[in-house]
Amino acid sequence: MRCVVATSNVKVLGKAVHSLSRIGDELYFEPLSSGLALRCVNSSRSAYGCFLFTPLFFQHYDSGAPPGGLEDSSFRCKMGMKSVQTVFKSLSSLDKTVEKCEIDLNPGGNRLVFQLHCKYGITKTHNLSFQESESLQPVFQKDGYANVLRAQPRLLADTVVHFPPSLEEVNVTVSGERVQFRNHLEDEQDASKMMLTEMSLDADEFESFQVREETGITFCLKELRGLLSFAESSGLPLSMYFDQPGRPVVFGLDDPVLEVNFVLATLSDEETTTHRERNRSRPPQADTSHDDFLSDDMDSYMIAMETSAVGGAEAQPCSTGSDQRRAREPVSAACSSGSKQQRGLESESEEEEEEELPGTPPQKRFRSLFFGSVLSPYSQGANQTLRNQEVLAEASDSDPEEQEEETAKK
Amino acid sequence: MPLSTQLEAGEEQYVLIASLDNARNLSNILKAIQFKDHATFLATSNGIKVTVEDSKCLQANAFIQAEIFQEFSIQEDSVMFRVNLAVLLDCLTIFGGSAVPGVTTALKMCYNGYGYPLTLILEEGGVVTVCKINTQEPEETLDFDFCSTNVINKVILQSDSLREAFSELDMTSEVLQITMSPDKPYFRLSTFGNSGSAHCDYPKDSDMMEVFQCTQTQTNRYKMSLLKPSTKALSLSCKVSIRTDSRGFLSLQYMVRNDDGQICFIEYFCCPDEEVGEQEQ
Repeated sequence: MRCVVATSNVKVLGKAVHSLSRIGDELYFEPLSSGLALRCVNSSRSAYGCFLFTPLFFQHYDSGAPPGGLEDSSFRCKMGMKSVQTVFKSLSSLDKTVEKCEIDLNPGGNRLVFQLHCKYGITKTHNLSFQESESLQPVFQKDGYANVLRAQPRLLADTVVHFPPSLEEVNVTVSGERVQFRNHLEDEQDASKMMLTEMSLDADEFESFQVREETGITFCLKELRGLLSFAESSGLPLSMYFDQPGRPVVFGLDDPVLEVNFVLATLSDEETTTHRERNRSRPPQADTSHDDFLSDDMDSYMIAMETSAVGGAEAQPCSTGSDQRRAREPVSAACSSGSKQQRGLESESEEEEEEELPGTPPQKRFRSLFFGSVLSPYSQGANQTLRNQEVLAEASDSDPEEQEEETAKK
Repeated sequence: MPLSTQLEAGEEQYVLIASLDNARNLSNILKAIQFKDHATFLATSNGIKVTVEDSKCLQANAFIQAEIFQEFSIQEDSVMFRVNLAVLLDCLTIFGGSAVPGVTTALKMCYNGYGYPLTLILEEGGVVTVCKINTQEPEETLDFDFCSTNVINKVILQSDSLREAFSELDMTSEVLQITMSPDKPYFRLSTFGNSGSAHCDYPKDSDMMEVFQCTQTQTNRYKMSLLKPSTKALSLSCKVSIRTDSRGFLSLQYMVRNDDGQICFIEYFCCPDEEVGEQEQ
């Protein structure tokens, strides 16, 4: 595996790393035959970012994958985000001092070597340790979306700047003529005490404004800011794909040499409603957020989980026992191990709750990214048989209301 | 002139009198060695040497030659005292730390000898401030016994390039390893941090390399925490000389140009780290 990046592109690579750092703490590095994929996912699995650098981006690109083999890549790993950021520390001087950047796997196979050849003959070598990992890949299809907006990144950046940096979630409502950005208030927050910001953009401010479904979605702004700063510096038009709430929103940048996709989970209407109802009937408990996942209507949600470790074969549905677990961490590569045994589900869910606690933001109503159905509604029926999610064990204190819903839908 | 009239009566008593039209020529250079609260001042007819030490392993010296001062008179062969450097710098910058173009603070420093306070008279825009700082018993400063005859390897680099390398050093590494060799990698700075190792190599024929005199391959490690303060001196300087001797002791000499274009020197001496473990190449 060897890649060589020439002068101006080194800064682009550095910027990509920095923008992914806004999402999570680990950088997934995977050289594919189609290009180098740098990916990141946040701890609650509600945001995912991917930069795919095609071979054209590089002065020299060798993914190391054996030609004609089933494997798309020979090597995939994850590294601490901070370590990789150190390589591209001083962004501003990267294009002035760095002439070339080489990325190699060292002969011992235990270090990823980033070598920056700088002006005046100075060479900076970083030998980074890594962990072998499975591929990180959600499934999403940009063509399945009802609404597609495309604009110069400047437009969105200028819009977002009006919201306080501490703002977590933003609500985007779209109609045929305009799109509205509003800060989202948690139900617990008192509207009269909060500052409300609202911005409207006309359809003609966009390069392309295709709205087939008038809808409003709410997603986390923080993770998007990383992409916006990258987009602004690249000058590439930013596309936004979304439709009903609950379905993840995709932000994309397209370029002959680079493909960027950020997928963010959105709040679903259903969750917002049930949460309000539940709040009225009983005080919110710390575990409520976890119970939501367990008592989710499994049938209407596809767990979109695929790993390229499975190779050319179609994504196989894993044993039902492990579905519960993956409901929590659908982005993990549980699938590839295949032989995941169904452990006592009670203990598993408890374990998950504990695992989930540190990562999951409290009281957040976000669906995990991969719960949302990413296939268009009409194909849902056909795939239903493939992924038969049986809820084998209900959480003991799940809402009876929700249980009824589930049985009705089954 | 307000400064001289105030002291006319007792001027003969003073063992040391030093005047500067621009106090920043002194304060800037002292800030570069301010990693500890106390400093030892040694004044001779050559000028003033200010020394700061840390854990008996690191010593920083700032040399301000007599020629830098507008007035410099010393009544004894050598005058030595210890003073709180933080307090001294606060007084030197009493009219504000930031540089306002066209406005300078004038300084007159007077010392009456052992047991007397250090008197600073500062003037800016007609406002005069007099500060008296208590002096302390001078402590023996370390003698690193670093002489040019023992020097094995020496390089002189332009500070610009080293500045960048230092700012990018992996701070999670406990040591900074310096390799100097007549063969590749010539001059290498290495760190061993949480994410792995990092090396910064300077070839001997680099444009940034002014002098390259390496006779033997030497690799030495120094505690990062000890060398970190030297980055301040690096940022002020235009050139830096890096020398190691037969014991692995490190000497860093920084050439600093002050506001008036005069040259001052700052020197750092550092002992090598005792625990020499496996060295990653």
